[in-house]
Amino acid sequence: MERLFLFIYQYRAFFTFLVLQVICLLLLVNNNQYQSAAFFNSSNALVASINRTSQNFRDFFSLRETNQQLAEENAMLRRQLEQKKQSIYSLSVREIQDPEIVNRFDFVSARVTNNGVDLFKNHLTLNKGKKHGIQPGMAVVSAQGIVGKVKSVSDNFSVVTTLLNIDVLTSVQLKRTSHFATAKWNGQNPDYVDLLYLPRHVQPIKGDTVVTSGYNAVYPEGLLVGTVEKVSLKDEALFYDITLKLSQDFRSLTYLAVIKSNLKVEIDSLENTLNTR
Amino acid sequence: MTIYRVIGFFFFLLLQVVLFRHVVLFHTAFSFIYLLFLFTRPVETNPLISMLVAFAMGLLVDMFYDSAGLHAMASVAMMYLRDFWLTRITPQGGYERNANPTVAANGVQWFLVYSIPLLLVHNSVLFFVEAGGVGYFWITILKVIASVTFTAFILVVYQLFFSKQ
Repeated sequence: MERLFLFIYQYRAFFTFLVLQVICLLLLVNNNQYQSAAFFNSSNALVASINRTSQNFRDFFSLRETNQQLAEENAMLRRQLEQKKQSIYSLSVREIQDPEIVNRFDFVSARVTNNGVDLFKNHLTLNKGKKHGIQPGMAVVSAQGIVGKVKSVSDNFSVVTTLLNIDVLTSVQLKRTSHFATAKWNGQNPDYVDLLYLPRHVQPIKGDTVVTSGYNAVYPEGLLVGTVEKVSLKDEALFYDITLKLSQDFRSLTYLAVIKSNLKVEIDSLENTLNTR
Repeated sequence: MTIYRVIGFFFFLLLQVVLFRHVVLFHTAFSFIYLLFLFTRPVETNPLISMLVAFAMGLLVDMFYDSAGLHAMASVAMMYLRDFWLTRITPQGGYERNANPTVAANGVQWFLVYSIPLLLVHNSVLFFVEAGGVGYFWITILKVIASVTFTAFILVVYQLFFSKQ
């Protein structure tokens, strides 16, 4: 026994090294899991407030641009609302009366306090959290398209896994032909993602719009993802090699909306009863 | 003396997460100024303590990067090897007592010989673990080489500007 202790003492540096590496590994594995309520991330109150302060300084320089974007979004929403009103009026379609259906989705506006696009697995932090009804798994969108999915929340902040993450696969469809495919980032340019598994009988053309599909557990159907930028098809390949230009610049995200799906619990439990049978 | 080190610890941490986190060239060349704090620990520091310091620093940096354990892992690995490396590259006549391995003490050339292999270890662990293996081999290698070069440059320039002669 004494010899064992002596041995450990002799190689104490190596053993400390080993123990610390194992702790790091455990943290890494925990953090990589799908959804985690980790303490060691930027939703921690102190970390988030430091980030917010530094973001405040940087935001100051993009105020004009942000203002313009928000104004444009407002105008677009007004236009859509008016169109909807007019079409309902002229068609005399009966409005859906059930408030639960009408209020199916709720949007919580939030500001980005921390953002990055340079790593392989990018995250951003929002200034709304559990107190505002945000939970892991909710979709995050901006006016120009989808952004990501809430990964973990603290009382006042939440961490979002963005589309720019080599582990994230998003189910999408070509809007023109309604064929399904999968969008995945390749870790290089934050303006482009790859479009995978589009079979060769489809004829995509440059400029085609790609939107989220309804087969997606996270995003509502029909939200903008990007446009087809480059199409190539190898002779023996089953699927196209397509590069997608994202509809927005992930470097300059400022105000985002978190989508709360009020009927999600009901849908999930209904689907679960089918699965367990 | 200890109090200065504690202040230095938090100073380099803040410098990294507030300023240098956003200094990334072409999405490939990262700058890790917080490593300067780890590099300039006195030569005779107990390796156990220096590894624990590296672990704490790495973990705190990780909280800002949302990558729990990643920087900690790379920093601890680097600190473990630092001891062996320091004994290998002892300058002529040995280190002075309580010497810090800095540019001011040993010159730019020696500091580069000292820091670049350690930076290579740190960045390789960091980027390969983040990519989850060798699936993105060439991009990862590019990131490692670019970041080692850029960080070494930043570290030397910082010391030339701000260290007391």
